[in-house]
Amino acid sequence: MREAISAAAAAELIPDGSSLLIGGFMGVGSPLRMIDALIDAGRKDLTVIANDTAMPGRAIGKLVSAGAIRKAIVSHIGLNPETQAQMISGEMDVELVPQGTLVERIRAGGVGLGGVLTATGIGTPVEEGKQKVEANGKSYLLELPIKGDFVLLAANRADYVGNLEFSLTAHNFNPVMALAAETVIAEPTSIVPIGVIPPDAVKTPGVLIDHLIERAPV
Amino acid sequence: MNPKERIARRVALEVQPGSLVNLGIGLPSMVANYLPEHVDVFFQAENGVIGLGARPPEGMEDPNLTDAGGGFVTAVPGAASIDSAMSFGIIRGGHLDMTVLGGLQVDERGYLANWMVPGKMVPGMGGAMDLVAGAKRVIVAMVHTAKGTPKIVPECALPLTAERRVSLIVTEMAVIEPTENGLVLREVASDSSVDDVKAATAAELIVDDPPAEMRLA
Repeated sequence: MREAISAAAAAELIPDGSSLLIGGFMGVGSPLRMIDALIDAGRKDLTVIANDTAMPGRAIGKLVSAGAIRKAIVSHIGLNPETQAQMISGEMDVELVPQGTLVERIRAGGVGLGGVLTATGIGTPVEEGKQKVEANGKSYLLELPIKGDFVLLAANRADYVGNLEFSLTAHNFNPVMALAAETVIAEPTSIVPIGVIPPDAVKTPGVLIDHLIERAPV
Repeated sequence: MNPKERIARRVALEVQPGSLVNLGIGLPSMVANYLPEHVDVFFQAENGVIGLGARPPEGMEDPNLTDAGGGFVTAVPGAASIDSAMSFGIIRGGHLDMTVLGGLQVDERGYLANWMVPGKMVPGMGGAMDLVAGAKRVIVAMVHTAKGTPKIVPECALPLTAERRVSLIVTEMAVIEPTENGLVLREVASDSSVDDVKAATAAELIVDDPPAEMRLA
């Protein structure tokens, strides 16, 4: 059985300048209490790898507004004008990655692959500076793995050993990210006794989780 | 009928029974409003659902069930929730029958540019590059010109979304099919002539047969 720690205690584990993989899609399935705790702790110079930077005042958008992000590796910033402003002013580096490529680069980082070959991005600005590989008569881009210092996940439920279950479109990047850093921190909405989540419903096995955040306030 | 409704009603005729379809945000999402009832189609939202349903009644939204634009949706019977690797595996792996996307420019090769205007609009490509590279059919649904400036051009000046010939271009004026030989004018709207379409198009159009009148769902 694990001990659940507070979001504030988890934020203490994360130094300035860390690279963080953060789950979520426009804030859905993002670890909202962890994000607030990072802002409360005044963390800065973070590298954030995530699908998007949400919108101002929501999820990763709060980290943007707080000026906590030095670099973002994301597929979309269109709903967050603050990210675009910080990118133009040079406060934040933004690397834009096609969504399907981003998730596979993270997967490669987590599962021990040396890279991914994909046709996505060929003939577009995405191919600049990348190695092209011919295989079976087709051209692909070699996309390199992504790993971070920490992964911050959100889950619907965890059990006492840290097995995770996700809800509907709040899965998104969370199950894939769970392997892609040295330290994995999971923020469940609720924590249930062992057995409540049947083995077949576990998407992320608890052995991958290093720290479990307390349940959401009732 | 406004131009966007007309475009959506024409694209709706392209939706095949029993298919898996991904509709982009905005105009493309309107296509779902014009399908015959009980058509056996699953819509994918790339953020993680196969079997996207309509917006729920107010007060019944689930914060964990949204479309790729972040709007609240429902799930139809038979729906499945999936993670992003599965979602893009379906898209990139050739399991998606059709995607409908907006466009900034399409050219004579049938190549689409729809994700950035350098120096002006850099929202990020999101899932667009994977969708255009991977879907079996790619339909571009867009108004014919940008306030009079042609969007169908000899060669895209804007950065491409993919080096792939799209399947069909549907505008409020015409239906155009990119082919090996170039852009073929297939249908013209009842209130436009072939000359009107040509005048609003910078690219060369192939008009072999007299084009049909544009059909609508």
